[in-house]
Amino acid sequence: MLARLASKRLLEIRQAFRQSPQTTRSLSTALNYHIDTPDNNPNVPWEFNEANKPKVKEILSHYPSNYKQSAVIPLLDLAQQQHGGWLPVSAMDAVAKVVEVAPIRVYEVATFYSMFNRAKVGKYHLLVCGTTPCMIRGSREIEDALLKHLGVKRNEVTKDGLFSVGEMECMGSCVNAPMITVADYSNGAEGYTYNYYEDLTPKRVVEIVEALKRGEKPPHGTQNPERINCGPAGGNTTLLGEPKPPPCRDLDAC
Amino acid sequence: MGLGSLASRALRSSSSSRVLSSNPRYNLIRTIVSTPELHKPEAAAESASEPDLPKRTPVAGARVHFPNPDDVIEVFVDGYPVKIPKGMTVLQACSVAGVDIPRFCYHDRLSIAGNCRMCLVEVEKSPKPVASCAMPALPGMKIKTDTPIAKKAREGVMEFLLMNHPLDCPICDQGGECDLQDQSMAFGSDRGRFTETKRSVVDKNLGPLVKTVMTRCIQCTRCVRFASEIAGVQDLGMLGRGSGEEIGTYVEKLMTSELSGNVIDICPVGALTSKPFAFKARNWELKGTETIDVTDAVGSNIRIDSRGPEVMRIVPRLNEDINEEWISDKTRFCYDGLKRQRLSDPMIRGPDGQFKPVSWRDALAVVAEVIHQVKPEEIVGVAGKLSDAESMMSLKDFLNRIGSNNIWCEGNGNNIDADLRSGYLMNTTISGLEKADCFLLIGTQPRVEAAMVNARIRKTVRATQAKVGYIGPPTDFNYSHDHLGTTPETLTAILENRHPFSATLSTAKHPAIIVGAGIFHRQDTSAILSLLHSLSAKFPNLVTPEWNGLNVLLLNAAQAAALDLGLVPESNTGMESAKFVYLMGADDTELDALPKDAFVVYQGHHGDKGVYRANVIFPSTVFSEKEGTYENTEGCVQQTVPAVPTVGDAREDWKIIRALSEVCGVRLPYDTITGVRSRIKNVAPNLLKVDEREPAVFSGLLKPEGNGKVSAAPFGVTVENFYMTDAITRASKIMAQCSSLLTKK
Ligand code: SF4
Ligand code: FES
Ligand code: FES
Repeated sequence: MLARLASKRLLEIRQAFRQSPQTTRSLSTALNYHIDTPDNNPNVPWEFNEANKPKVKEILSHYPSNYKQSAVIPLLDLAQQQHGGWLPVSAMDAVAKVVEVAPIRVYEVATFYSMFNRAKVGKYHLLVCGTTPCMIRGSREIEDALLKHLGVKRNEVTKDGLFSVGEMECMGSCVNAPMITVADYSNGAEGYTYNYYEDLTPKRVVEIVEALKRGEKPPHGTQNPERINCGPAGGNTTLLGEPKPPPCRDLDAC
Repeated sequence: MGLGSLASRALRSSSSSRVLSSNPRYNLIRTIVSTPELHKPEAAAESASEPDLPKRTPVAGARVHFPNPDDVIEVFVDGYPVKIPKGMTVLQACSVAGVDIPRFCYHDRLSIAGNCRMCLVEVEKSPKPVASCAMPALPGMKIKTDTPIAKKAREGVMEFLLMNHPLDCPICDQGGECDLQDQSMAFGSDRGRFTETKRSVVDKNLGPLVKTVMTRCIQCTRCVRFASEIAGVQDLGMLGRGSGEEIGTYVEKLMTSELSGNVIDICPVGALTSKPFAFKARNWELKGTETIDVTDAVGSNIRIDSRGPEVMRIVPRLNEDINEEWISDKTRFCYDGLKRQRLSDPMIRGPDGQFKPVSWRDALAVVAEVIHQVKPEEIVGVAGKLSDAESMMSLKDFLNRIGSNNIWCEGNGNNIDADLRSGYLMNTTISGLEKADCFLLIGTQPRVEAAMVNARIRKTVRATQAKVGYIGPPTDFNYSHDHLGTTPETLTAILENRHPFSATLSTAKHPAIIVGAGIFHRQDTSAILSLLHSLSAKFPNLVTPEWNGLNVLLLNAAQAAALDLGLVPESNTGMESAKFVYLMGADDTELDALPKDAFVVYQGHHGDKGVYRANVIFPSTVFSEKEGTYENTEGCVQQTVPAVPTVGDAREDWKIIRALSEVCGVRLPYDTITGVRSRIKNVAPNLLKVDEREPAVFSGLLKPEGNGKVSAAPFGVTVENFYMTDAITRASKIMAQCSSLLTKK
C-alpha cells in the first residue's frame, strides 16, 4: 500500500516536472539533422561574395596548407555573417569545399557550436542559459515568460522577424544567474554583438524585449540595480579594508 | 568485488563459452577475465613476489611481434610482467598479458577515439584511472585492471551509458551478441538512479541494408570511423553536442558503400542492425557454419547462420590474409537469393515450350540419347562462375570421355593461356598488397569487382600514400588515384617512357600491377600480357625473388580452379557449330551464336538466364548446401561446408554428371567426393591443400608467343552492377533493392 502511494506521489512529482516546457524541438537550429526547405537546401547556390573572398584567403593563410581544415570555424563565422546571421546547408558545403574536407566534417563542427545558427533566426536571437546554476535560479521561468510573451516556440522566429528564442549552455555568468544572451543582428550580420543580460526576472526579461522592440538598447550586464557587475548586492561585505598578511608567514622576510 | 567478477565468470562459463566454441569470430567477445587469485590480497602479494607465475594466455591469441629488439619494454599487468614493443597501448599490453579490458569504442582496425571510457584501468602513480585504449604503455608501468578503483570507474561509466539507453533488449536484434549487454552483466547495476525522461533520437535512413535505432547508440563513433577510414565514404558523422549528440548524415543521404554492412558488426550495441534480418531470428537459435563466399573471386571467409533449412544471415569470419574481418554487402546480403527462384526438380521442355517436371531417370535418359546422336566435336560444356572444382573436374572428365574437349569456364574467355599459374593469379597475394608502394590498375574496377581487394588497396593507400594509377573507363574510387588513360595505348606509353607514370613505377620499391579479368574477353589478350611481360623486364622491381608485383584480379569464384584444371576451350568457334551444349550453372554465356537446333542442358540451382534456352534442366545445389573446393584469385584453396539441406530433388553438381556419365555408358571412375578429389590430385594437386595458398612456381610471365597487335579499343567495364553479378545475387530481393537505390544511374 505504502509502496503504491509512494509510487503515485513519484508519478505526480514527475508530471509536475514534465509540465515545465519540454518544448518541441521543431526547428532546425536545435535539430541535429537538416530538413530541406525552399530557402535552405543543398541545391541553393551559395558562394563567398567578392568582399569576403580576400578574407577567406587571409583566414586560410593563418594555417599551414596541409591543415586547411583548421580554418573551418573562422570560415563558418564569415559565412554566417555573409548570410545574415545564419548558415544554410549550402554555405556549409561551400566552406567544406574551401577547406577540402567532406561536407559532413563541416556539419559536425557547425552542429557542435551553438553560435552557428543553422536556421533563420530573428534580428534579436535570445539565448536562454539552461545550465544548472541558471536553472536553479529560474531559467525555465525566464524562458516561459519569453515564449509566452513572444507567442513562439523555441527556435521559432516571430512573425515580424525580430525575435527568436534559443537555448545555450553555461556562458560563464553563473554568479548573476539566471541570464540570457541577446545575439544582436540589428546592425547587420557583420556588426553583430552578443549582449549578456543577467540577474533576470520574468518581468524584467519582458521589459528588455519590449525595449529592444522599440529600438532601444537596454543596458546589458546585471539587471539588479543593487549590484555592480558581479559584486554582491548592496555593496561589498568582505575584503573591505586592506587585506591582512597571513598570520602564519612573515612576508617581509621573504 | 564479488558481484561483477562473479557475473563475468558466470558469463564466461555458460553462455559465452558456448558461443566461443561454436564460432571463433566471437573470440573477440569482450568478456572480462577475472583472476581469482588476485581477489585475495594475500594471493596478490604472493604473486607479486613469486617469479614464476602461472602462464596466462593472451586474449584471442594476441601475438606480439617485435619489429626491433631495442624497442622492447616491460610492463606489469596485475603484477605479471609482460614484454611488449614500444608504442603499444596499455590496452594492448593487457591483452598480451591475458587480461581482456572491457571496451566499446576501441577497435583494432580503426583509429583510437578514446571516447567511451569503458576501458579505464588503474595505473600506479597516476592520480586518476586512465583510458587504457588511448594511453601508450611506458616502461615499467604498473597496470592494475582488477582493483576496486578500476571497477568503480567502469561501473560509473556503465551507469552513464545506460542512463539514456532505452534498455529495450527484448525487442533488440543485437540481444545476445551485444557488448553493452555483456558488459553490463559485469559492471551494470540492476537499477538506475536516473529519473528524468530519457532522450529520444530520430532514426536515420541509411538505405536498404542498415537499420538504425538511434536511441540505443552510445556514441562510440566506431561507425563513423569505419565509414571514413575503411569504407572511404565520408557520410557519417557525429552531430551536435552533449546529450543531444547523435550519429547521422545531417542531410538526407543513404550510405552508398559496398562495405556498409560491416557497421552492423562493429556497432557494439543494437543501434545499427541488419535491416533484412530485423526480427527474423534470435542469434542463439542459429546454427553457425563456417564456410566461404563465392559471389566474387576473393573467397571471403564467412559464417552462414541458419535455422532449420533456412539461411538466416551471413556474417564475416576473421581471415587476416583474405578479408580481415569485413565482407562486402553482396556477400552479406545475397542470402535471400539462396531460397528464391530455385530449381527443385529435373525438367524437360515439352513440344509446347513449357517445362514439365520429370524424374531424374527420365531426364538423364533423354540427355544421354541426345549425346549419342551428336558428333563429339559438336559438344560444348561451359562451367558457370559459381562452380566448384569437383564439378568442373567431373564435367571435364565426362566431356573428354565422350570425345569432346570443348569446355571452358565462364569469364575466362576463349583465348586464355592456362599454362602458367602466375599468368592468372594475384601473385602479390591480397595481404601482400599492403607492402606495395605503387599500384597500376589496368582495366579493372576493384571496388565493384572485388570489394575486399579494394579495401586492401585503400588501406595501403591510406597508410603509406602509395600512388595509384588507373587505366580504364572513368569509375568511382574511394582513394586518390591518377586516371592515366582508357586504352592499352597508355600502357605502351608507360613502357616507352613517354608517360610520367613510368618514373613513378621505376622509383617504386614494391610496385604492383593489377590487371582485370576483363582483358580475357578482349581480342588482344596475349598482346596485353606480352606488354606486361615487357613491363616486368623494364621495371626490375616488379618481379624480384621476394616480390611479385604482377597480378591478375579474377572476377568469379570458379575461374582460378577452372584454369588450374585446364578448362580451356580447344577452338575459338565453340558455340557456332555446337549441337549439344552443357551449361553447368553458366548463366552469362552468350548463346546467340548457337544454332537453333542445338540441344541445351542447363544444370544449375536458379531459374536464371541459362534456363531460357534450355531443353533439359538438372537442379543442383548452391554453395551453402554442398561441399566444394574453390580457389580464390590469389590461389588460396578453400572449401565450402554445407549449412542447410538442399531444396527438392536437387543434387550436387558432380553427382549429376557422374550419374549422367553412367547413363551415357562412359562411367566416371569415382563415386564419392573423395574419389573426385583424388582425381583432382592428378590434375592440380594444389587444389587439395585446403586453406593454403600455393604460389605459382614460376614467377613472372612467360612472353606469350604470337604477340599480336594491341588494339586501340578502350578497356571496358566488367561489372555493370555490383549488386547483381550471378544467379544467386540476381535472385535476391535485397540485392535488387540495393541496385535500384544505391547504384548511380
Ligand atoms: S551507432 Fe553504434 S557504432 Fe555508431 S556510434 Fe552509435 S553505438 Fe557506436
Ligand atoms: S549556468 Fe547560466 S551562465 Fe553559467
Ligand atoms: S575503449 Fe578506451 S575509451 Fe573507449
